[in-house]
Amino acid sequence: MASQSGPRCRPISSASQVTSHLIFLVSVFYNGGGGAISAKECGFQSVCPTTKMNLFQSITSALDITLASDPTAVIFGEDVAFGGVFRCTVGLRDKFGKDRVFNTPLCEQGIVGFGIGVAAAGATAIAEIQFADYIFPAFDQIVNEAAKYRYRSGNHYDCGKLTIRAPWGCVGHGSLYHSQSPEAFFAHCPGLKVVVPRGPVQAKGLLLSCIADENPCIFFEPKVLYRAAVDQVPTDAYQLPLSQADVVQEGSDLTMVAWGTQVHVIREVANMAQDKLGVSCEVIDLQTILPWDKETVCKSVVKTGRLLISHEAPVTGGFAGEIATTVQEECFLNLEVPITRVCGYDTPFPHIFEPFYIPDKWKCFEAVKGMINY
Amino acid sequence: MQTLWGLGFLNAIRQHTALKTSRVLQQRAFRINVAQFQQSFDSSIEKPQFPGASAEFIDHLEFIQPNVISGIPLSKDTVLNFYQKMTLLNTMDRILYESQRQGRISFYMTNYGEEGTHIGSAAALNSNDLLFGQYREAGVLLYRGFPLDLFMAQCYGNADDLGKGRQMPVHYGCKDLNFVTISSPLATQIPQAARGPGYGMMSIRVDGNDVFAVYNATKEARRRAVAENQPIGHHSTSDDSSAYRSVDEVNYWDKQDHPISRLRHYMTARGWWGEDEERTWRKQSRKLVMEAFEKAERRLKPNLEFIFTDVYDDLTPDLIKQREAMRRHVQQYKEHYPIDLYEK
Repeated sequence: MASQSGPRCRPISSASQVTSHLIFLVSVFYNGGGGAISAKECGFQSVCPTTKMNLFQSITSALDITLASDPTAVIFGEDVAFGGVFRCTVGLRDKFGKDRVFNTPLCEQGIVGFGIGVAAAGATAIAEIQFADYIFPAFDQIVNEAAKYRYRSGNHYDCGKLTIRAPWGCVGHGSLYHSQSPEAFFAHCPGLKVVVPRGPVQAKGLLLSCIADENPCIFFEPKVLYRAAVDQVPTDAYQLPLSQADVVQEGSDLTMVAWGTQVHVIREVANMAQDKLGVSCEVIDLQTILPWDKETVCKSVVKTGRLLISHEAPVTGGFAGEIATTVQEECFLNLEVPITRVCGYDTPFPHIFEPFYIPDKWKCFEAVKGMINY
Repeated sequence: MQTLWGLGFLNAIRQHTALKTSRVLQQRAFRINVAQFQQSFDSSIEKPQFPGASAEFIDHLEFIQPNVISGIPLSKDTVLNFYQKMTLLNTMDRILYESQRQGRISFYMTNYGEEGTHIGSAAALNSNDLLFGQYREAGVLLYRGFPLDLFMAQCYGNADDLGKGRQMPVHYGCKDLNFVTISSPLATQIPQAARGPGYGMMSIRVDGNDVFAVYNATKEARRRAVAENQPIGHHSTSDDSSAYRSVDEVNYWDKQDHPISRLRHYMTARGWWGEDEERTWRKQSRKLVMEAFEKAERRLKPNLEFIFTDVYDDLTPDLIKQREAMRRHVQQYKEHYPIDLYEK
């Protein structure tokens, strides 16, 4: 697994160190949660120079670093040459040339197929799918080609240098086709890595890890946070480890697990639970959906005896189900109450009903109450 | 029996078509009778003289028999109807675009510059032909008689929206008018026609700013589709987005070669339309749009139960449970949800 860090910025891995080395205090405004949430704190040594960036700028920074340091790296997708619809690739074509940052036809299957070929030939391929909702035409390429390349060739060939980026999750008005969270589809596919960051610091570090990782990675970017989430982000290259969850907040009574945008919701719920119920919640950002960090989650549940999992995607077949199964296998005797899921309903993502559809803080808070009073 | 049509999902594609081109003549396909009223072009130049042009003039239309095209066979009433629908579409676009900028609706997509392709192609089809539009094809639906109230209801996602508030603005649909509800994914449809030659389809490039050219091309394409069971890819020369084209180029099309102004020149030259008619109609159409707009804005949103219906033909036990859980929750936390904006 890729673990090398940038020249000066070394991520700190354990939660206690994160707390003790807390040097950045930033605010993340999460619109969907209905208020300002103070958020993370990244755990870096203070020698590390930082720049204030929002999430899309931190993505640009990671891509910029990659193009500069890896002469084989290419970035392609719909409209990426002039910056992409969310501005993640702004300026990169001008800086690195149109042979390295270029537009593709509107054909996701073609985008990923091309990326697989590039990666199999040994170059670094960074593909953008304009919205995660539109990744499905490429499903066959991802599932039957990218994910199986190494296995089917007896490890003679692989496309580990492929990274697929896609905007993901609800945005307030995205409706059926600009709101989906399709991580569970890909979590069912051995050979892939699936990663979702919750903010600019995580986005840059995890994206650089995905690009460096020797397996095909899907990197889902919470689109509602592109501008709303702002951090002091280390200016230089750094990596955050894949398949490692982040204990965002320690607690003793109840474990809450989420990823991406939903981490900000459960953080706020943790505060509400403390203030209104006197309940101490441990907040875990899973960060990597596949392969996921069972150890961190199970360790927490052994301590708290209660687990709430929350994601925007529909509850049935969502990744919460996988986590719940594993935890009841591993921690059955530690569980005080049934594992609870607060997720999207089993419907498409409806436009005008979004405030009622999403697993918002009030639904999560009510679930916490129910678990404590079980 | 209904005929299936996929219309105009090729607006972004401006590459070569299957047509062999010739540099000898510069007559544009289907512009025979209209050309004299248009801006004249220097005939010694071999390529079209407008910004962004990559095409060459063609001298003939390969798949059409010479006797099929015999001028514009359209009556004054038909032409006036074209014009009114094209301008009404444009007026609706301007008002809804502005309302999106003001945050009153969440999204909008104008049809600027495509008025000719929408109305021309809609008019050439039979009313019971089943249409699959893309998200920038409102004019086709307008031509078929979809009322302004329902356009507005969809954009506001209110209780009158036939789509029950589920989709983003401009995703219209109407079973009565044989127009299949639009969906956002566009790229999934493009390969079906963008590669016409590759799939053995005939293709045609049409001047999309010439409503008559579109009409004739679509009519002939439809005839062939029905008579010969032969699909035809339909290309437009018009598109709209300053992100994809220079502002100068868009301005050129807007001012010099706009489908609405071209049709107006034609009507004026025939003595069918004058300044007075124009003024009266502009005022009237704006009033119609504004009335529908204000009505839609005041209307409540659909009942919350529509979150759960139509996932399947019937509600599943799980969906019923989820609906009841949501009702209980919203009732309990009602001060945190905008329930007063929704129908009870």
